[in-house]
Amino acid sequence: MSINPVYKAYLVKFQPLIALFILCLFLSIMSDKFFSVDNGWNVMRQISVNICISVGMTLVVLTGGIDLSVGSVLALCGAVTAGLLKNGIPLQSQNLLICFTLFGAIVMGVLTGTLIGSFNGWTITKFKVPPFVATLAMLTIGRGLTMLWTNGFPISALGSNFAFIGTGWFLGIPVPVWISGIIVAAAIVITNKTALGRYIYAIGGNENAARLSGINIKRVTVIVYSIAGALAAIGGIIVTSRLDSAQPNAGVSYELDAIAAVVIGGTSLSGGKGTIMGTVLGAIIIGVLNNGLVLLNVSPFWQQVVKGAVILLAVIIDRANSKSE
Amino acid sequence: MPVLVAENITKKFAGVTALDKVNIELHGGKVAAIIGENGAGKSTLMKILSGVYNEYEGRILFKGACVNFSNPREAQETGIAIIHQELNLIPYLNITENIFLGREIINSWGMLDKKAMRATTQKLLKRLKLDTDPDTKIAGLKVGQQQIVEIAKALLTDAEVIIMDEPTSAISDSEVDALFAVINNLRAENKTVAYISHKLDELFKIADNYIILRDGKTIESGEMASITRPAIISKMVGRELHILKKSTVNFQDEPLISINNISLDHPKNPGRKLLNNISFNLHRGEVLGIFGLMGAGRTELLETIFGIHRKSAGSINTLGGQVNFRRPSDAIAAGIALVPEDRKKDGVILGADVKTNISITTLPQLSNAGLLNNKKEHALADRYISALKIKTSSHSQLVKNLSGGNQQKVVLAKCLATNPVILMLDEPTRGIDINAKNEIYKLILELAADGLGIIMVSSELPEILAVSNRILVMCEGSITAELQADAASEDMIMKAAINK
Repeated sequence: MSINPVYKAYLVKFQPLIALFILCLFLSIMSDKFFSVDNGWNVMRQISVNICISVGMTLVVLTGGIDLSVGSVLALCGAVTAGLLKNGIPLQSQNLLICFTLFGAIVMGVLTGTLIGSFNGWTITKFKVPPFVATLAMLTIGRGLTMLWTNGFPISALGSNFAFIGTGWFLGIPVPVWISGIIVAAAIVITNKTALGRYIYAIGGNENAARLSGINIKRVTVIVYSIAGALAAIGGIIVTSRLDSAQPNAGVSYELDAIAAVVIGGTSLSGGKGTIMGTVLGAIIIGVLNNGLVLLNVSPFWQQVVKGAVILLAVIIDRANSKSE
Repeated sequence: MPVLVAENITKKFAGVTALDKVNIELHGGKVAAIIGENGAGKSTLMKILSGVYNEYEGRILFKGACVNFSNPREAQETGIAIIHQELNLIPYLNITENIFLGREIINSWGMLDKKAMRATTQKLLKRLKLDTDPDTKIAGLKVGQQQIVEIAKALLTDAEVIIMDEPTSAISDSEVDALFAVINNLRAENKTVAYISHKLDELFKIADNYIILRDGKTIESGEMASITRPAIISKMVGRELHILKKSTVNFQDEPLISINNISLDHPKNPGRKLLNNISFNLHRGEVLGIFGLMGAGRTELLETIFGIHRKSAGSINTLGGQVNFRRPSDAIAAGIALVPEDRKKDGVILGADVKTNISITTLPQLSNAGLLNNKKEHALADRYISALKIKTSSHSQLVKNLSGGNQQKVVLAKCLATNPVILMLDEPTRGIDINAKNEIYKLILELAADGLGIIMVSSELPEILAVSNRILVMCEGSITAELQADAASEDMIMKAAINK
């Protein structure tokens, strides 16, 4: 069968979208609960955390790197915000207690994520530690710090104002969807319309050429990992707010869901090629798949097998496309 | 009867002829020197003989029978081994494991017969007079010793013909003596050695015959004893030459850049200097050609000026005073641009389009309030596409779909976009066709006429004579001659470039 090359190019370009459409069509036929407004918002709210992390992961992967620490950073930053909000920082020697407003606690959480991200970027550029190893180490360190901060116990009952972030609605749309939507929009602007975005693609495309073109590779790398850390922190705050509790083991293996979304969205793990929109579609596909499999009463064990198979299939199709290019 | 004969070998790469009806004969018990400038076709020929390239015109006879190897392994099994300049050994395996890699001895239990392999290795090393334990890891050997391990590997397969590509380029004098002792041994065992080098003194010491290549053609072959050094040099050079019209340079002006006694240490071997006390000035409107053979330090010189390597001594002054670039962006900000030698590795982003590649150096200027202005970017790309006559369907074409010459023009465009006062070009015409070459020469001269100072590194003599006002010749990290182009000849340049 021969397809007009123009149509074929469109097919390739909108492949994740077509896959999502077919998936939704299938689930709508199989389950009468799937295609409803309530379920739609439900899915969107569930994936908003993964979208936050995946956007940061996309930027990192575009430079040719990877960030395995995002799950731990999510837990730590969620716990930092929750702890500061609920307990503040007691200074025993002065007999003082520093209290934090809601806004202050959130800023501190995001700042913690940004600092950890910039530390990742620093070890990668300064000591030439491969990103895989540097962020693997941070995955462990971050989890350990979370345990230290929480003493291994959840920090719960954080108040209704804080709960609004994870469970509230604004103008008929869930707040987490607003947050992830704004992050996606900002990331699209950065990747398409700013010098920083170009530098990210250039470093992933050919680091040597980028350096000789006068791009400060170290600075861009540190910025990108800092963004990934900050977005993981925002994800952590949403999770903590939704559960009204900072769990010390929150976010375990979230980095893998983020990488899956990036890969299904067509971003090359060797860097230089991919889009934010692709990753968003990848995250939605994973979310819809999770939701659909639950609605269809598929056993959780089979759910994992199906999810893994979808990731594999997406990459195989992507390879076949790039070969025929 | 000769052991190996190549008859009328012709090889083209994407339309560029690398070898043009080359004929050579190699005889048993003789060492043949393969001599030629960079780009004369030596390496291509050796890669054909050793099975690396298997598509060519003409035929190869080994001991009288016609052969066509589909890969290097087949050539090895027939009896032809090549020792590349970059050695193919695995650093963290030991000598025995490297020598037997891919042809391990297996005992009747299906396990590696380490004893037998070790014993054979020991015998080979003894034969080559390398007094080292076969269990030593390759990483713990000197480069010269590693070369001997490569030779041992060749002998294991009973190679009749051993090709060595620039074997002495990275080893010390005492190691050269050891290598020559081994080569003399091989000769006594009636093996055939093809020895590629441009160090003429060495060739007079070790070779029996010579074969001179130039522009992919065999120019002459004969016995080493019957030719002199100057005769070899004049036969290596002598390509067609078109002197282009150059602008006049006022050497009384304050120089755009002056390099004062800069040196660069070898990163792994501080005793060895990659650059040794280099000084020169570059003037407005001048094209300064830098010639040198492989390993002379030309690329390192440009990269040091550009802030890629940290110089170990000396200073650099521009019109604005003394400068100390820590990274390329510092050099670019000071008005210096570099077109690197390897355009695929260091020049272009192959997977990105033409406009992205051209605008990458000037994105902040193309932005309003932090957001890129597409109109400005497209205008910049289109301006350079027409100014440099880049053949591309549009500014959105991916660079990987352009020809080598047009890719090179894209690199030039992104360098020129930074409005440099000094343009450094490293082998600007390597691997591109003759028309694109001529366009680039014209462009270089136009830029010089506009007042830029241009440093052009090249290993093509006609090119350097045609374009430069002044020529520096480098050899082993030092400047060995400074010549006015209109008073220079190819012989003079080559003489200064060849190791004494």
